[in-house]
Amino acid sequence: MMSKRIVIEPVTRIEGHAKISIFMDSAGNVADAEFHVVEFRGFEKFCEGRPFSEMPGITQRICGICPVSHTLASAKAGDAIMAVNIPPAANKLRRLMNLGQIVQSHALSFFHLSAPDFLLGWDTPPAQRNVFGLIAANPGLARAGIRLRQFGQEIIEILGAKKIHPAWAVPGGVRSPLTEEGRARIRAWLPESFATAKTAFDLFQKTMDTHLREIQIYGNFPSLFMGLVGPDGSWEHHDGKLRFIDSSGCIIADQLDARDYLQFIGESVQSSSYLKSPYYTPLGFPDGMYRVGPLARLNVCERMGVPKADAELKNFKSMGRGAVTSSFLYHYARLIEILAALEFIELYMDDPDLLSEDLRADAGINSLRGVGVSEAPRGTLFHDYTVDRNGLLQKVNLIVATGQNNLAMNQTVAQIARHYVRGATISEHLLNRVEHGIRCYDPCLSCSTHAVGQMPLHIRLIGPDGAILCEAARH
Amino acid sequence: MAAKTLTINGLQISAEEGATILQAADEANVKIPTLCHLDGVYDVGACRLCLVEVAGVPKLLPACTTKVVEGMEVKTDTERLRKYRRMTLELLLAERNHVCAVCVANGHCELQAFAWSLGIDHVRYDYCFPKWSVDNTHRLFGMDHNRCILCTRCVRVCWHIEGAGTKNVSGRGGHARIISDLNQPWGEADSCTSCGKCVQACPTGALFHKGSTVAEMERDRSKLEFIVTAREKKQWIASD
Ligand code: SF4
Ligand code: SF4
Ligand code: FES
Repeated sequence: MMSKRIVIEPVTRIEGHAKISIFMDSAGNVADAEFHVVEFRGFEKFCEGRPFSEMPGITQRICGICPVSHTLASAKAGDAIMAVNIPPAANKLRRLMNLGQIVQSHALSFFHLSAPDFLLGWDTPPAQRNVFGLIAANPGLARAGIRLRQFGQEIIEILGAKKIHPAWAVPGGVRSPLTEEGRARIRAWLPESFATAKTAFDLFQKTMDTHLREIQIYGNFPSLFMGLVGPDGSWEHHDGKLRFIDSSGCIIADQLDARDYLQFIGESVQSSSYLKSPYYTPLGFPDGMYRVGPLARLNVCERMGVPKADAELKNFKSMGRGAVTSSFLYHYARLIEILAALEFIELYMDDPDLLSEDLRADAGINSLRGVGVSEAPRGTLFHDYTVDRNGLLQKVNLIVATGQNNLAMNQTVAQIARHYVRGATISEHLLNRVEHGIRCYDPCLSCSTHAVGQMPLHIRLIGPDGAILCEAARH
Repeated sequence: MAAKTLTINGLQISAEEGATILQAADEANVKIPTLCHLDGVYDVGACRLCLVEVAGVPKLLPACTTKVVEGMEVKTDTERLRKYRRMTLELLLAERNHVCAVCVANGHCELQAFAWSLGIDHVRYDYCFPKWSVDNTHRLFGMDHNRCILCTRCVRVCWHIEGAGTKNVSGRGGHARIISDLNQPWGEADSCTSCGKCVQACPTGALFHKGSTVAEMERDRSKLEFIVTAREKKQWIASD
């Protein structure tokens, strides 16, 4: 078939590097799109031979934006290898850190990365359509957003002593409790964070009223959704079991033990990218495509479990017939999760367990395989380790959120392109919108490409006559 | 014993006959960086970090194994010495695989501390990236050859404080490595008493308590000193 391929790169304001190809058919229409990831770090191979106890420290280096998520999933995989139940206080502390991570990561995505687009206008030049432009246009909001992110980071720092890369969660538990002083600091900061969340909700409500078109075409298509839920179907971010729903909102699988993920999640490695594309095996590839992350977690759960966020969840659920299928509403879901996280953090402030010193279970190697699953801000994160009798890693498999959303991102780009590509040129107009379509997923590219692949990435731009118009190799 | 007088960095000092330059400097509160030296066991001069200049001697001499001589003029901190110390540390870092950010000894490592103090933020030599393994077979301890600098402190405490003689060096040059018994997995070394002295002695993250996570390996050398003082001076003094 005659086809034309338009390559857009790089997508700014996304961690890591990315390439996008848009495939045109001979009639000049958009046939398909692909979002390539070119960064490659080979973590899974690198870890082989290392003691599993080092993994929370090593794997959190995969990503500078969500180190906490990796360290938590890794520590959980370690718990499984030791076959221990960690002390209840340790689990609460890990959960508290994950809530801090959700707040900081979502605040970054919403205020720094995405808000400039819908607040400053899509066609504002990129040089101004960023957090600095936002500071100039609305300094109060920008500052509040930055402070909200700091609040989340502060929790991580109070617990782990370091903002980035805390080696605090360990197999068997955590290394230190919350201190009285740390608790006081978190407590004092909470009212301001609630106020910022409220501002963000008001603002996004207006955005939704004026962005009906975006809600329609920014990744609005049927797919499955996956996320952890509690035993009663409530929102989960660290424990619980997996649930899949379809786009009509029907539960198609529930309370799946995440440790058995290989039985229901398959991975297809696409030749053009290093990203693995997981799918729900019973439906096959690509029908089993599912989305993860804030949108998915809110779709799969029945309640948040805290009053303010539950009120918002009701509003959110009313926006879909069945599941909420527009990826533009990832933004809304992020705000609801921020609110829920703040409410749960507030509840923890009265829990004496968090000051406990009984934080770490000790054991040898009692299971040669351990799977740890946690909800990272961007979606469900799996760490699967196989060790030898001495605890040295033989095999590591990581499934990260961005990989799971890869197929949905491709579809989102194609859907947007269909509306904005006119002729065979890339307009600024299109570029801005495609970028934002990707940004809805808040992909963290450096951490999604840890799998080892032999093939060097090589991009070619091929015209309708088959001639190579442009060629680029990975560096 | 006769006292010797000498100068260190121009400072007039006296030291006991038979003392090393390192001991004399220590008495005079002059710090000389060391890696293979460990209080309580004999010195071997393996790391070359303690090199000093002695007037009239063209070579640089290791302070830990060079005895004081009457009238000696010693310099411990010159441009030339700093240059060599830096080079020595860089070579140590390039020889094996040191990834401080994920190391059990991060923040408590003597090699890292000296590298920091000399402002080593990069290494000018090509890294060797050798393939070394981790021996995690012992019930309590682990050994990561990737981080070993072959200072042999573990060997010396094992032989001369514990008296077990489990640890040894095998091979030469770039192939040299620390072994247990007859090059067996540590967990199968019958002579090992699991006393943990080697773990306390190690200056880097090469020896660690099993299960240690990043930056968790803090060492308590006071126990080694306690034993040595007890044995040599018959004084059982707990250090504070
Ligand atoms: S042993 Fe020391 S220098 Fe080597 S990686 Fe560990 S901390 Fe760094
Ligand atoms: S294991 Fe530690 S104490 Fe032994 S030689 Fe290596 S660095 Fe030195
Ligand atoms: S301390 Fe003198 S050579 Fe190592």
